[in-house]
Amino acid sequence: MLEVKDLHAYYGKSHILQGVDFNIREGEIVSLLGRNGVGRSTTVKTIMGEVEPQGSIKFKGNEIAGKTSFEIAHMGLGYVPENRDIFPTLTVRQNLILGMKSTKTQGRWTIEEMFSMFPNLGRRADVDGGVLSGGEQQMLCMCRTLMGDPDMIMIDEPTEGLAPIIVEQVADLLQEIAKRGVAILLVEQKLSIALKISHRLYVMGHGKIVYEGTPDSLMQADDVRTEWLEV
Amino acid sequence: MLEVFIFATLNGLVTGLLLFMLASGLTLIFSMMGVLNFAHASFYMLGAYFAFSISQYIGFWAGLIFAPLIVGVLGALVERYGLRRVHKSGHVAELVFTFGLAFLIEEIIQFVWGRDTKNYQYPDLLDFPLFTLFGQEFSAYRGFMIAISIGIFICLYRVLTKSRIGIIIQAAITHPNTVANLGHNVPLVFMGVFGVGTALAGLAGVIAGPVLTTFPGMAAVLGSIVFVIVVIGGLGSLAGAFIASLLIGLLQSYAIASDVGMADFLNLIGVSFERSHPLNDLWTLTLPQVAPILPYLLLVLVLVFRPTGLLGKREE
Repeated sequence: MLEVKDLHAYYGKSHILQGVDFNIREGEIVSLLGRNGVGRSTTVKTIMGEVEPQGSIKFKGNEIAGKTSFEIAHMGLGYVPENRDIFPTLTVRQNLILGMKSTKTQGRWTIEEMFSMFPNLGRRADVDGGVLSGGEQQMLCMCRTLMGDPDMIMIDEPTEGLAPIIVEQVADLLQEIAKRGVAILLVEQKLSIALKISHRLYVMGHGKIVYEGTPDSLMQADDVRTEWLEV
Repeated sequence: MLEVFIFATLNGLVTGLLLFMLASGLTLIFSMMGVLNFAHASFYMLGAYFAFSISQYIGFWAGLIFAPLIVGVLGALVERYGLRRVHKSGHVAELVFTFGLAFLIEEIIQFVWGRDTKNYQYPDLLDFPLFTLFGQEFSAYRGFMIAISIGIFICLYRVLTKSRIGIIIQAAITHPNTVANLGHNVPLVFMGVFGVGTALAGLAGVIAGPVLTTFPGMAAVLGSIVFVIVVIGGLGSLAGAFIASLLIGLLQSYAIASDVGMADFLNLIGVSFERSHPLNDLWTLTLPQVAPILPYLLLVLVLVFRPTGLLGKREE
C-alpha cells in the first residue's frame, strides 16, 4: 500500500528525516513510535506533501513524492493532523461534508453511519465544531477524513490530551476502520494503544527507523524501549 | 423634510449596495490571500467599458451578462499567471503587482477607448420613473440597481453559507493546508474566488457606468472609498463590509441632502462671527460640502476606537 524508501526532509538547514524506510500493507495497522522531536510528525507531513520530500514514496505502486497534498489525498491517502484542525465556525455536519471529495460517488462511509457510530456527534450535528470537547473533536476529525473514502489513513497522535475512556473509543474506531480494509499508519507516543491494536510497529530515533517488529517482539525488546521510547 | 429623508435613504441604498458589490470581492480576496488588491476598482472600470462596447453592438442586456463574465475570466487569469507567481516573493511584491496592474489597466483603457467620457446609457426599458413621491421621481434604473445588488448579496450569502463550495471556501480561508489534505484543490478555489470577486466588481461597473459616468478616472473615484469600507467593516469580514457599505452610502447621501452647516451649529450655542473674520470660510462650511470626507473621518474614528474594524477579528 505505502512504501517509503530513503526519505529525507529538511526544515531550513536542519536535516530532520535522515533516510526513513518503512512499508504498510493493505488493511494493516502500523504504528510509528518514538519520543518527541524524532521526526514522526515530519514523516507523515512529508508523505502528505506538506514538507518537501527527498527520496521515494510509493502509494498503491505510484510515486507520490513531489505531488501536492490535494493530489495525494485524491489518490486515496487520508491524513488526520495532530492539531485536529476542526473548522470552528462550521457545524459538525458541515465539517463532515467538507471531508467528502465528491458528492457524486458513495464511499465506504456515510454521514448517518458516522452519527450512529458516535451518537454524541449525531446529537450535535448542527452545533459549531469549535464548541465540541477535545474527544469529540478528535472523533469528528477522524470521521471527516473517512468521509473522503481513503484506502489508507495516517493519524498523528489521536489520543493526546484525551481521557482514558475516549482513548478506548479511538482504539475501537481504528480497529473498525481497519476491518473495512483501510490501512492505518498510527503515529503515537503512548505505547499502550499502539501495542493493543497494531499489527506491526516501527520505532524512530534521530530521524531514522531504529526498530521494526510486532507488539510482542517490542515487549520483549527491553533495550529498545529503554533507549528509544521510555522517558 | 420627509421626502428629503426618503429619497436620501433610497439614494444612500443605491450607493451603499453598489459599494458592497465592490467591497465583497475585495474583502473575500483579502481573506484568502492576505493581500489588498489595489487593482480591484480597475476591474470595476473594465466592467463598465466592456459593457459600453457590447451595448453598442448587441444592447445593454447582453453587456450586463457578458461584461462581468469577461472581467471574471480576466481576473482569474491575473490570479493564475500573475499573483500566484508573485505570491512566492511575499506580500510587498503582491501589493506592488496589484498597484502596477491598476496603472496598466487605466492606461490600456485610455489607449483603447480614449480619454473622453463614454455615452454609456441605460436601456429604454428602464427609462421611466418607478414611482413619484411628493412630486419627486425615483427612476426605474435606480430601482433596478437596488434589485440587482440585493439579489447578488442573497446569492453570495446563500452560496457561502449553504453550499458545499461555500463551506470549502470558508474553510480554505482559515485552514488552507487542512482543506488541501482533504482532497480539495485550494489554488483552484483561490482562483475561482478571485475570478468571482473581480466579476462582481465588473458587474458593479456595468450597472454604475450609465449613472456615475464611464470615464478613465472612475476607478479612482470609488477605489479609495472601497478600501475605506473594507477597513471599517473589518478586513476579511463580509458582513462587516455589508454594514460599512450601507453606512457610508447612507452617511454620504444624508450629508449631501441636508442643508445644515457650521454656522447653524454655532448659532445654536450662541456664537457668531463677522463675514470679515479670517476663518469665515471655515465657519460657513456646510454638511454637503464636507460629505466627501466623511467616510475618511469615519475611518479615522473606527481605527482609533476599534482598530480591527466593526466586525473584524484580531489576528491571533
